[in-house]
Amino acid sequence: MSRYTPPEQSKAGQVFDIAVVVVAIFVALWLPLKLGLAGAAKSIDALDAKTWEALGQNPTMASIWEKLGYTPETAHDIIQNRFHYVIDWPTLIIMAAVLIGYFVFLFRASDREYRDVINEKFDDK
Amino acid sequence: MTVTLEPAVHGDRVSLLRVLGPAHVWALGVGIVLVGEFTGWNFAADKGGALAALIVCWVVGLLYTSVAMIDSEVTSTVAAAGGQYAQAKHIVGPLMAFNVALFLVFAYTMLEVSDAILLGDTIVAKAGVEGLTHNSFIAATIVVLAWLNYRGVLMTLNVNFVITAIAYISIVILFFSVSPWTQGAVLKLNELVTPGNALPYGWIGVIAAFQFGIWYYLGIEGTTQAAEEVRSPARSLPYGTMAGMITLLIAAAMTWYVCASMMPWEYLGITYYPLWDAGKLTGSPLLENLLFVATLLAALASANGCINDAARAWFSLGRDRYLPTWFSAVHPRYRTPYRSILFLLPIALAFAFIADLNQAITFSILSGVLQYTFMSINIMMFRKKWPLGSIRRGYTHPFHPIPAIVLFCLCVVTFFAIFLGFGSQLIAMVAFYFLISLWFHFYRYRFVRRGDQFTMPWPKPQGI
Repeated sequence: MSRYTPPEQSKAGQVFDIAVVVVAIFVALWLPLKLGLAGAAKSIDALDAKTWEALGQNPTMASIWEKLGYTPETAHDIIQNRFHYVIDWPTLIIMAAVLIGYFVFLFRASDREYRDVINEKFDDK
Repeated sequence: MTVTLEPAVHGDRVSLLRVLGPAHVWALGVGIVLVGEFTGWNFAADKGGALAALIVCWVVGLLYTSVAMIDSEVTSTVAAAGGQYAQAKHIVGPLMAFNVALFLVFAYTMLEVSDAILLGDTIVAKAGVEGLTHNSFIAATIVVLAWLNYRGVLMTLNVNFVITAIAYISIVILFFSVSPWTQGAVLKLNELVTPGNALPYGWIGVIAAFQFGIWYYLGIEGTTQAAEEVRSPARSLPYGTMAGMITLLIAAAMTWYVCASMMPWEYLGITYYPLWDAGKLTGSPLLENLLFVATLLAALASANGCINDAARAWFSLGRDRYLPTWFSAVHPRYRTPYRSILFLLPIALAFAFIADLNQAITFSILSGVLQYTFMSINIMMFRKKWPLGSIRRGYTHPFHPIPAIVLFCLCVVTFFAIFLGFGSQLIAMVAFYFLISLWFHFYRYRFVRRGDQFTMPWPKPQGI
């Protein structure tokens, strides 16, 4: 197999490539934050009676809350802020498809590149 | 400590120095991870209750034991900077290697961001001064640690060894100070974790807790990034990594026991400082201040190790021309990948100011789990392409393929856990990796020399 000689990349091309990667990183990490997509479904199940007992706290728990500087009123929003786990099947299926598709592409494309590497490396000897 | 200042040879260029021993490998791995005991793991209690946090502590411990076993075998054989990146390059192929390096850079940079936010918030909370914000502390942490990394790996990891040891000892001191052998005096586990509140969301909460259970140990695989700078990779890497994992399992168990026995799960699940709070609740100013200092030191050690690891992964991409070769420069005096260190600095700073702790942790976990999924498949391919006996291995992990299968299954469960809270982010990140992979495969790879990527003195892989 003939040895592959890569083209020389210009300085401007290198700078452009770096810019592409940086922009992609920021878009991937920052966009979900900006669009408010990050974070789990949590909401406060409000109670009318704000007592330690109503909040499901026994005397030991109540004494620790008080040691930490909380009253039943100030602890209410922490204790009653609960997750509501709902399996959104369409989103789950999309996520699974995206993940599987990604890994399949990775392994198949990598395998093609890898065979070139091995052929060049070991055919030289 | 006596060191031999001989250069690690990589081609004809100035290369990284082989100056590290097993203690540095331990310090790198445990240093990155130990902050997870000081914050982060407790969000698992928020997701599923105190008992769920304990269940995932052990089950995720199994995941990481598999990671450490697999990693020790492959890395003791593929000893090159970039760790899992170098493994992927030699075993799976260039595109996978490119992705794995990005997983590493994202996981460590976002972990560094989380550490800096934690450090800033802890100081602000301690100061109790109205109007004081964490921004200046975050910036100072990231810049000073980047400078330390710029100046040399030996000094960086010596510092990490000392501050990690102090932080670890503080957990042991706290554990024995609260009389762990008796209940009722300080610890009140039976009254705080009751049959009624142990699993407030049932088993779906246990699965959801996997997301932050990862935080107990995330980063232990970072030991492999030092592969090109340890004096004896075949001995130091498995020894340092496995010792680190044992250390962390003990610390995680002690941390859960003390914290779950001192705080209601609803508070434990939202506090940024579970161990510092535990110190406060003992009523001892000495323990309170010790745990405050230890929280800061753990955050510093972790951020320090993360800068070290992310820079080496980025450096490796430049060295193989996967990214512009400008990044592959080694400092002529300090022998560090200084351009990579400096390049990643503003990215870390930017995210430290726009993300909160919870989100930064999730970004890091997402990249970590993608990487562990790769590792479970990678070890299968490694054993198939180079069966036992075909090449010299520094360490051979037992029970193959059970650890790989366990790791893969636990990764699937963790993806589901992430879906329960951060599914949109997961899809966005995978979309990013997919698009950047297309860019690499169809455009960037043309600048890469083919045969030169394979640098190990191994025979041709079987089946290729």
